[in-house]
Amino acid sequence: MKFEKINLISFGFFEKSLLEKISADVERAFELPIWTREGHLDLSHYYDPNRRQYDGYALLKKVDADFGQAGEKTLGIFNVDLFIPILTFIFGQAYLNGRAGIASIYRLRNEKYGIFKDENILIQRFKKEVIHELGHTFGLIHCIDPECVMRSSTYVEDIDQKSQHLCKKCREKLESDRML
Amino acid sequence: MARQISILIVDDEESVRDSLYNWFIEDGYQVECAENAKVALSKLQNESFHIILADIKMPGMDGLEMLKRIKSLKSDAIVIIMTAFATVDTAVQALKDGAYDYVTKPFDPDDLSHLIRNASKQIILLEENEMLKEKVVSLQNIEDMIGQSEAMQDVFQQIESVAQSNASVIITGESGTGKELVAKAIHANSPRKFYPMVSVHCGALTESLLESELFGHEKGAFTGAVYNRKGRFEMADSGTIFLDEIATISPKMQVELLRVLESKSFMRVGGTKEITSDFRVICATNRDLKSMVEKGLFREDLFYRLNVVNINVPPLRERTEDIPLLVDHFIRKYCTSMNRPIIPIDKAALQRIEDYPFPGNIRELENMIERALVVGNGKRIQLKDLPMAKEKSSPAFESLDDLGKKHILSILNKYNWNISASAKALKVDRVTLYNKIKKYDLKQPR
Repeated sequence: MKFEKINLISFGFFEKSLLEKISADVERAFELPIWTREGHLDLSHYYDPNRRQYDGYALLKKVDADFGQAGEKTLGIFNVDLFIPILTFIFGQAYLNGRAGIASIYRLRNEKYGIFKDENILIQRFKKEVIHELGHTFGLIHCIDPECVMRSSTYVEDIDQKSQHLCKKCREKLESDRML
Repeated sequence: MARQISILIVDDEESVRDSLYNWFIEDGYQVECAENAKVALSKLQNESFHIILADIKMPGMDGLEMLKRIKSLKSDAIVIIMTAFATVDTAVQALKDGAYDYVTKPFDPDDLSHLIRNASKQIILLEENEMLKEKVVSLQNIEDMIGQSEAMQDVFQQIESVAQSNASVIITGESGTGKELVAKAIHANSPRKFYPMVSVHCGALTESLLESELFGHEKGAFTGAVYNRKGRFEMADSGTIFLDEIATISPKMQVELLRVLESKSFMRVGGTKEITSDFRVICATNRDLKSMVEKGLFREDLFYRLNVVNINVPPLRERTEDIPLLVDHFIRKYCTSMNRPIIPIDKAALQRIEDYPFPGNIRELENMIERALVVGNGKRIQLKDLPMAKEKSSPAFESLDDLGKKHILSILNKYNWNISASAKALKVDRVTLYNKIKKYDLKQPR
């Protein structure tokens, strides 16, 4: 199936031109034009006071319903701590082979772990996370190749260890399924 | 993931089901959801899932009750119980009822991944284990044991009846009759089949080597013992030990063997620690052990210990009706191993084989067929391909006396009946040669 573009929609406050900094690499990964814009959602509806986190699954459904378009891939980008009921936290989530996904920059920051702020590392991690979630929307599942961006990451260290590129196998699957 | 693992999520909360569904789908698992125990059980009636992830608190039937029902349907099902309200009691109860693990919501993503990965590994190992067991059974299929003759049917019957027991067995029979195959068949049909069958050819080893081979040795027990080594009795734990050519063991080893058979425990050579091993003993010999006992060459107590069941494998000459079957089997076996088409055998060649006495029994027949396939034209086995083709057809049996008589006569003729030269060639003295001439009534041709 042919796709027209990838939408990166930011919800909330972010560093200036964050999306622009990652767009070129995301565009290269999927060879599709990237459209960036700001979105508006009242996040308080998704806040769980018991967990002091935001319901990732509810947000994913909302992004898909309100911003998802046929023939496009849409990724909602957040700056809040996401969870799903069963897990303590998530970096992001997406519908496999669907039209939408979400990713959060919140747990990608060094400061969150008591280390000095590092803008470069943050951008690198964020870029990988965005490509990873978009990969799911294109039907890619977690990969066992330690270098592949589709490798499952449960800690930021895992994200640091993988590259921002798809391995040969995932690249072939992406191309054969749709795609480029 | 090389092998697709299927997961059934059972939870009354839609958000939990959906979020878990998404999480596992991204990992490449095959996932289905059920909103309560009833739906889950009906799904399990129709299809099987590798892992069942179930909430403990659900309206109607709770997770623990469902766990019991699932276990009664499929005892090896992997069920992981989840709950938001963890208590030690419920956790213990779940594990007692056969849950694979018990987790408290919410849990760390890494823990969830590990849990499912470990469960998947267990499933793969279990399936692999089952598959390997089937393979072992098929490999242990004693296809070389062929025979429709009454004598062989009797052997098969005995193998079948003795296999299930733990009784010691002595297999007797001439060399080449397939005694080791009988031992393998007993082991392969016994409850010990998934454990090793360890063979020891007692006749090939000196007394000290045999001792170290059977009992193992400790490092430094003797010159050359540079490391600890397990003995064959230890290796055969839970399995079978096959002692071939048992009649050849020395009196000292007979005593040692008797002690081990009685106590099932022993010490390694140079060791101080008693080692226990659960093995079954099967022995084989081509000698008459009973007469050896009478002559004092074999210990009577050991003989009775070993000879709980005796299986006698008949020589090939006593079951000639099996020869065509065996010939056909060996042709197939060697043509397959040589990657050649299976070829027929000429009637004349088969007749000649059937007439041959086969002092080397099946081993000789097998070698004969292999040789014929190697030297033959590749299209059929002909009489000329057989080793006895060049020999004159002779009576099936020639006594040693007949052979001796013929040989002495040929030497006497060769040396023109010169007694001294003939005796020298025969490596006997003149008196012996005169006695032989007299005994065989040999006459010089005029």
